Amino acid sequence: MSDAGEKSRIEGGEAPLVPIYIMGSKHDVPDTLTIQKALEYAGYQLIRGCGCRGGICGACGTVYRFPDSPKIEVGLACQTVVQPNMYITQIPFFPANKTAYDIDEVKPAGEEVIKLYPELLKCMGCNTCTKSCPMDIEVMEYISAAIRGDIARAAELSFSCVMCGLCASRCPAELCQYNIAILCRRLYGKHIVPRAQHTIDKVKKIEEGYFDKALKELMETDRKGLEKLYTDRENEPEMADEYWEPSDKTYL
Amino acid sequence: MGYTPELKNLIKIVEKTRPERVERKKRGEEMPALSLAEREERLRKYHPDFIEGNRREITLGPSKGYAISKEIVDLLEAKSRYEPDDINLSEVDYETDVLIIGGGGAGTAAALLAQEHGAKVLIVTKLRHGDANTMMAEGGIQAADKGDKDSPYYHYLDVMGGGHFVNDPELVKTLVTEAPKVLEWFDRLGMMFDKLPDGRFYSLHGGGTCRKRMHAAGDISGAEIMRTLRDEARNRKKDITVLEFSPAVDLILNEHGHCAGALLYNLETKEYHTVKAKAVIIATGGSGRLHIQNSMTTNHYGATGDGLIMGYRAGVKLCFLHTVQYHPTGAIFPEQAEGLLITEKVRGAGANVVNIDGEQFVYEREPRDVESASFIRECTDVGKGIPVSGGKWGVWLDSPMIDMLSGPGTVEKELPGKLILFKRYGIDISKEPMLVYPTLHYQNGGLEYDSKGETCVPGLFVAGEVGGGVHGENRLMGNSLLDINVFGRIAGVSAAVYAGEKAKEGKLTLDHIRDYNKEVDKVGVGPAKVAPMLLPDYSNPEVRKRQITACYEGTLR
Repeated sequence: MSDAGEKSRIEGGEAPLVPIYIMGSKHDVPDTLTIQKALEYAGYQLIRGCGCRGGICGACGTVYRFPDSPKIEVGLACQTVVQPNMYITQIPFFPANKTAYDIDEVKPAGEEVIKLYPELLKCMGCNTCTKSCPMDIEVMEYISAAIRGDIARAAELSFSCVMCGLCASRCPAELCQYNIAILCRRLYGKHIVPRAQHTIDKVKKIEEGYFDKALKELMETDRKGLEKLYTDRENEPEMADEYWEPSDKTYL
Repeated sequence: MGYTPELKNLIKIVEKTRPERVERKKRGEEMPALSLAEREERLRKYHPDFIEGNRREITLGPSKGYAISKEIVDLLEAKSRYEPDDINLSEVDYETDVLIIGGGGAGTAAALLAQEHGAKVLIVTKLRHGDANTMMAEGGIQAADKGDKDSPYYHYLDVMGGGHFVNDPELVKTLVTEAPKVLEWFDRLGMMFDKLPDGRFYSLHGGGTCRKRMHAAGDISGAEIMRTLRDEARNRKKDITVLEFSPAVDLILNEHGHCAGALLYNLETKEYHTVKAKAVIIATGGSGRLHIQNSMTTNHYGATGDGLIMGYRAGVKLCFLHTVQYHPTGAIFPEQAEGLLITEKVRGAGANVVNIDGEQFVYEREPRDVESASFIRECTDVGKGIPVSGGKWGVWLDSPMIDMLSGPGTVEKELPGKLILFKRYGIDISKEPMLVYPTLHYQNGGLEYDSKGETCVPGLFVAGEVGGGVHGENRLMGNSLLDINVFGRIAGVSAAVYAGEKAKEGKLTLDHIRDYNKEVDKVGVGPAKVAPMLLPDYSNPEVRKRQITACYEGTLR
């Protein structure tokens, strides 16, 4: 029931061992492992600090540094390969401030965002958030944009955020950057970008029952008939532009 | 870091054939797609589903005799993690209108709609709220919402063709007609999907689609959906409570045979807790972490098929579990990224798949099962795969074509997540191709349910990957994010209405578990011993040998 690939890596194969320090304790682990797999190799069973194992869920924010180095380094445990002598700790949870709001009511303006997150004004521009981001996001830039009321810029700059919380854990002004970011993204998506009119139109047509008859016929078609309709259906060419139209419009 | 000198040399061959392939693409010349008969033959010969000895018949329960992956059968033939007699059902720890098991996309969509229909909701989830396969979905979501070129009619045909024409027609009709409503909902919630300046959704092709109807948010479409739904659920915390690190391990029924709650196991304090509910939705997702046939997987850490076990013990049949989906393009290099999902959007945006000689060998937009089987064929019988360390093979996914076709910066704009991820490993995917191989990705089938989300057990509803029928024997890309939203929303409404109007009070019982455990004893307890699994076993065997006083219950210490 266990994964052969996963196992072979846990066992380490022929990879040379390097020392790492998990919360201060020394373990020798194969140098090909990610921090996450190194923890498992060392004997930990992960419950906290492990989610998608693919770099997108934000469960495994990790802080590390090297002896005598002045620099605090950050990474996602599932994406960062071990290096000799790294001192590691995971930050699987950090308390965060999240304000409840009604997305229909809040306007996409700086003062509205500040009303929901007044601590925004405490930002002193130290840039520690940006240095703490494992996704290389310009965190301080989007915070500045939010304060200025440039919601679109705050949304775009923060788009790749995985909400791991490392920024919030290190902010001397006690901001929760990632919750401010998702507010800005939703305000942008909801109130600044124009709505998709074609989608609204299609929903209306569906609700009026416009496609009911054609779909009912399809549902009653036998396998042979369906195979023929499927094989003969008109394909939109790969490189067709947005406004391509099919020659047969019977079922549109 | 980056590619080895040997692989760098092989990339030169890909670079040599690239300009001509780009020109062909620009002229609209594609490899011919396989006919239905050719598809069938390719699957039979090369798809892992057809490997002898992979499936085995279930020996007990409502789908006795049905042959499915043996890794799932092992768990179905296991007992409960606890002794039912040790559970005191007269003490209820949590009470709610609607209990939702699973805090991924389907569960959260269900929670929002149930709340809108007046229900108090409790979401229980194994890891954190949002730690789910939804978060990892990349390429996008299908919806036939462009009136001048597409309609639910064509979406229906594509879904049926991809699923080998055996899908449940009613479920498919629901999927395709609800799809535009989901996109309209996303717009209202403020999700940042890719759009043209006038607000029109930008859309691409996917494998097996006849119209460009894949809507995406960069290459993190699932994350955009998941984090927005979760944010909205948190805005409604008055009515929606979330319990994390508390997976359900069994359903609780009542004396009328209706579903009336669940038993939870707190992964941190090791306590069991009871939940009493008027209606229950299973939205536990898939089972990639069972590593069927020892395959690497794209799935998240908690995808161990728990919902299948719980639902089956309560009497719900299984369907379409005899096929398993392998995503054609899982990363196979570097080793640290192995199994990592490379979105189908890469092919949708124009990248070829090529062999060691830099030649195309398959049409890039075949349905996933056919595409995967073709990669396996190229690496085995044809012998033109690219050797990777550890005796593995891969094929090239030629991502640099995208910038050549659509202008410099397109990879950065369309695939920002993958670009940064591979950069960490010293590979620039806008300039170098990726090495990929089919990877365990999706549970095509699951618990039987209908277009209202109902199961044969009153009060028990199903939504998302844990259910079976809508995708037939093979799901198309972009229909999973759609499935979880369509059927999540429907299950939420159905459960709230049921809780308000039909739920019948009654004495709680785990007798169905007692009976099931007895059946397990009769057929012989399988190798899994206890189920659901909850978390996969990645323990280090050397360490384990020294843990002489540690106690493992299944895979959990």
